[in-house]
Amino acid sequence: MDILISGLLLGGTYALIAMGLTLQYGVARIMNLANGEVLVIGALTAFLVYTSLAVSPLVTVLVIAPLAFAASWLVYRILLLPLVRRAKNQGQLEVDSILATFGMGFFLVGGMVFIYPELFAYSYLAVPVDLAGTTVAANRLVAFGGAVLIGLALYLWLNRTRAGLAVRAVAVSPLAAGLVGINVEKTSALAFAIGGMITAMGGVLISTFITLDPSFGVIFTMKALIIVIMGGVGDIRGAIVAALILGVVETAVATLIDPGLTLAAAYTIFLLVLLFRPEGLFGRRPA
Amino acid sequence: MMPASLRPLLVAGGLLGLAGFVPLVADGYWLSIAVTILMYVALSTSWALFSGPTHYIALSTGAFFGIGGYLVGLGMSDYDQSFWAMAAIAPFVATGLAALIGWATLRLSGVYFVIFTLGLAEMIRNLISWIQNNFLGSRGLYVLTDLDERHIYWMLLAITAGVFLFGWRLGRSRLGFALRILGNDEEVARHVGINTARTKILMFMTTGFVAALVGAVVAPRYYYIEPNVVFSPELSFIVVIMALLGGTRRLYGPLLGVIPFTLLWEVISVSFPNATTMVLGLTFLLIVYGIPNGITGLLSGFAARRSA
Repeated sequence: MDILISGLLLGGTYALIAMGLTLQYGVARIMNLANGEVLVIGALTAFLVYTSLAVSPLVTVLVIAPLAFAASWLVYRILLLPLVRRAKNQGQLEVDSILATFGMGFFLVGGMVFIYPELFAYSYLAVPVDLAGTTVAANRLVAFGGAVLIGLALYLWLNRTRAGLAVRAVAVSPLAAGLVGINVEKTSALAFAIGGMITAMGGVLISTFITLDPSFGVIFTMKALIIVIMGGVGDIRGAIVAALILGVVETAVATLIDPGLTLAAAYTIFLLVLLFRPEGLFGRRPA
Repeated sequence: MMPASLRPLLVAGGLLGLAGFVPLVADGYWLSIAVTILMYVALSTSWALFSGPTHYIALSTGAFFGIGGYLVGLGMSDYDQSFWAMAAIAPFVATGLAALIGWATLRLSGVYFVIFTLGLAEMIRNLISWIQNNFLGSRGLYVLTDLDERHIYWMLLAITAGVFLFGWRLGRSRLGFALRILGNDEEVARHVGINTARTKILMFMTTGFVAALVGAVVAPRYYYIEPNVVFSPELSFIVVIMALLGGTRRLYGPLLGVIPFTLLWEVISVSFPNATTMVLGLTFLLIVYGIPNGITGLLSGFAARRSA
């Protein structure tokens, strides 16, 4: 029961970063391997303003959202759009975007190393709370609550607004979306920016209960990718379920066997998905 | 008159012969740079043989390299095996692992493969550290041989020659032809009856073999092997950068990327150790936005313009 609850709480934050990535890859068609770095930037910002100015991460998360949105939008417009335009096919765009976002990822890590080269963690709401007989730290609960709110807002936006409808249309087929009068480039930029925003917010939330280091981003990228593939690319609902599964499995392996094996556990899941359901949990097999 | 197709072979043979004399004139610092260069030439040339035509960015070099080094250390320290026996076994272990990974991922779209290899070195490192801490006891492994830097250099030179010879033969073989068609259009390749998955898996296995062999051969350089040292994710990225910087369309392309980047890397890690990650990132961006076909692409661009 302990494992289930803390696993689900962890999975909630994983769901956020995976949602960010699935928007970027599923809609904007950019395989963003700098996703984890964006998360760490969010976390590092929260840490710095908390320790130097004593600003609560709950305030930071609101401030960082528009900043991350604007920065991601600019990155898409200036750096990624030229790649989208020059690519002759999806395969070439994938290779180019993988290499370009690797470059950006390393660049960001390099920048963060200059700012803060060590492990960072701070203590925020580290008080025990009793939840259905299990004791959990309040910060994990708050982070989970934040993740649920953001996820819910995203879900409503995608399913209840015109812009959300356009985003879903581009996810299904950029070509057909263009034919019915949707501005595909604009919609892709929007999806990419929202993806970056959600990831950075996830970083702020996760920084309240996890110790990080500027170079940890790639681990989160890896986990987000595994979640996205397990849930099915572009599928928000799938990403959430997959994130919760990964959170529970990781927590189980960390408590029952060894905390050093969480990545191996994630890989085992990944392998099973690749072998048995490469189209994702809820995906349909291509005809 | 000799046939034109043999000329590059003779040139390569001549250069190789010359390269063999390097340890007789260089020592200390420059010899160690030469060893590093050869190591990366072998790694990135064999990387390019697979990733060049298929456009699958393999980030598994660090994992296979680590397996090579680690198995040598493990065999010599804990099981009393000779260096040669372990250096012979390790590449086959890595090839087997590459076959499994290839079988699981290369039948699907390229992204799955990239993602799988991305965390591979880290995952194997975690797994081995765990096994060692819980079941094997000892943490570090010693590789004590009477091989010095010069011997390592010559062994690497032999491996590099082997990789080039293999690449040259591949360009003239059915497998190489299949690989080129597959790289241009996988759909077409399937329709003309090429077993695309098998072709990709076979090529991936060769890169695994070479990386583990190189890892095993340079293991004596470390003396003391620890999973944290030999399983370096950074190595995978450096190999990718060097190969792309040089260009993957020609067999000698990676070579032209390895030499400048090794020297640059050497300067930066000594003078500005904090900036290495940043440089890695900037080089990636430079390649994607500035020279997508690498240095060889630039050169053939100049040549084409001059003759025009």
